[in-house]
Amino acid sequence: MSDIKSTVMTEKDITKVSSKQKVTKILVQVGLYLFLGIMAFIVLFPFYWMIISSLKTVTEYNWLKPSLFPHKFTGKGYVEAFKVANLLDLFGNTLYVGVISTILSLIITVLSAFAFARLEFKGKNVLFAILLATMMIPGELFTVTNFQTIMKWEWRYTYKVLIIPFLVSVFYIYLLKQNFMQIPNELYLAAKIDGTTDLKYLWKVMIPLALPTLISITILKMMGSWNTYMWPNLVANDEEHMLITVGIRHAQFVDEATNQTNFPAQMAAVTIVSIPLFMVFIFLRKYIMKGVSRSGIKG
Amino acid sequence: MAKFSATMKKVFVDGIWNTFCVKWIWETFFVAWIHDAFFINFVCKKLKFDKWKAWVYLSPAIILLLIFTAWPILNTLRMAFIEDFKAQNYRGLFEIDWSKLGFKNFEKVVEYRAFKTALKNTMLLCFLTVPISTFLALLIAVCLNAIKPFQRLLQTIFFLPYVTNSIAIGMVFAAMFNVVGRVEDPNAIVGIVNNILKLFGVEPIDWINSSSSYGANLTVLVIYIVWNALPFKILVLLGGLQSVNKQYYEAAKIDGTPRWRVFTKITVPLLSPMIAYVVITGFIGGFKEYSSIIGIFGDGMAPPGTSLPGNKRWYTMVGYIYDNIERNQGRASAAALILFAIIFAVTMVNLYVSKKKTHY
Repeated sequence: MSDIKSTVMTEKDITKVSSKQKVTKILVQVGLYLFLGIMAFIVLFPFYWMIISSLKTVTEYNWLKPSLFPHKFTGKGYVEAFKVANLLDLFGNTLYVGVISTILSLIITVLSAFAFARLEFKGKNVLFAILLATMMIPGELFTVTNFQTIMKWEWRYTYKVLIIPFLVSVFYIYLLKQNFMQIPNELYLAAKIDGTTDLKYLWKVMIPLALPTLISITILKMMGSWNTYMWPNLVANDEEHMLITVGIRHAQFVDEATNQTNFPAQMAAVTIVSIPLFMVFIFLRKYIMKGVSRSGIKG
Repeated sequence: MAKFSATMKKVFVDGIWNTFCVKWIWETFFVAWIHDAFFINFVCKKLKFDKWKAWVYLSPAIILLLIFTAWPILNTLRMAFIEDFKAQNYRGLFEIDWSKLGFKNFEKVVEYRAFKTALKNTMLLCFLTVPISTFLALLIAVCLNAIKPFQRLLQTIFFLPYVTNSIAIGMVFAAMFNVVGRVEDPNAIVGIVNNILKLFGVEPIDWINSSSSYGANLTVLVIYIVWNALPFKILVLLGGLQSVNKQYYEAAKIDGTPRWRVFTKITVPLLSPMIAYVVITGFIGGFKEYSSIIGIFGDGMAPPGTSLPGNKRWYTMVGYIYDNIERNQGRASAAALILFAIIFAVTMVNLYVSKKKTHY
């Protein structure tokens, strides 16, 4: 009898155990929040530093003990950034290239995705497989030849060279084709019987139904021209056609008094470049995630 | 926030669409287009041209792909296997100097010190950043999954670095690590990172300036690349975690399994497809590392004054290829093919390993 009694937990024991569990649970939760808090701090700190540095005066930025919050706010950095880096022109160029290449790219992508998703032709599957296979090849392999091609055609230092080589993206075609395939084929056949043309069907049925994907493509493409550096730096780094990322990297922000880098101005330029991206992040995150989680490709 | 963005969308997208008659203009033009198309269709039918229709739709894409994708593949092969290929000496598209055909470019490239630098840097960055960022992302994703309040806020914060300009933020990191003057000098401006480290009793270090060591540069680059790579990995892994069947965890709870065993025996195996995906894309991106180095060091790809002519301290494979595009296309193509071979091989190894190790 006494054996059994010792193995059975009394009510007191149970509360003891559960309170012990509670304590460990709370400790674990505190640990989790502490870890996540520290990581979040590390993630956010560069952004914080960028913004407050852009608002400091040059003298304050160069204090031996940097201030974590500006003692005196100034917009001089921004004025300087617009002047030195010629930001308005850079904005204009980037917007021009971005809008034109997005529109053309969308047209090409829609037409090709439609052909792959709805039309029947010989060699369709083989062609699509070949296209997908080219996605594995690193872009640098194409760049060597593309550079020669555009030199031969004397396209260096034009807008064409920034737009045309990257109009077709197999990834976008793939994304849109998958979306088109989900639209039931019966709709297409019904439209055919009614005597609708392909283009009208594409416009009235397919595009509205695939609108979220098209918006994703638009955002990715626009962000692409906002962030691209290597190709424009190689072929269009003249003042007239310079894109924004190339522009801010090459701008020389020098403080005349000390002959050192004018970091507030540089950080102001960087902040200005980042703001549109933050806006996209805040308002259109859903659409970016859609493209991102499938590709891992930036831009 | 979601509601706010929905309202903004309504105001901007729908508002502009209806008020500014964009819809009307669009449809007018489109009707004209349809008429054209109708006419083309009619002609096509008369000429029994219907089976070519798909090719008409595909033609813009195919023409561009032929010029900017298919031809480069062939041409890269040609250039890589012709010794010292220079574009100005080869006018014809398919001109090949048979006497110079061979593996000479590859042999030469592999012997160049600059290429060795590039290969070493790329490998080092890749094999350091991919494991670190994957492990950290896994840890953060698991922690995020285990909390309730603030989960969405933290999730948003961790995704923030994804939509940034990696060159611009690289410049911010450079500013944070920058030192003006010699670090030994007490009057030197040592930057915010050194000041934070001072709180922990660490002496100021020259991270990226002219007297910086290779190791210090490497630390900065690894921190920046990991910072940049985290959001995508967290996003994928958290998505995977949220779709894991809760029953496994309940069973483990009833058995009283310790947390660490739950992590290694349940979470990691169930997440293994996502981990494999993240590692593979991480390696592919890692071998193409370039923009983080430009962001931090600028076009010089090295701290000022540390580079030998033609050999920059922080050359990576892609950096090396871009620097040789204008000078020697044969070498650049050989390097590009080597890069492709490495990426291909690493991907295949990863796929093979993950096929053996992943549970579905």
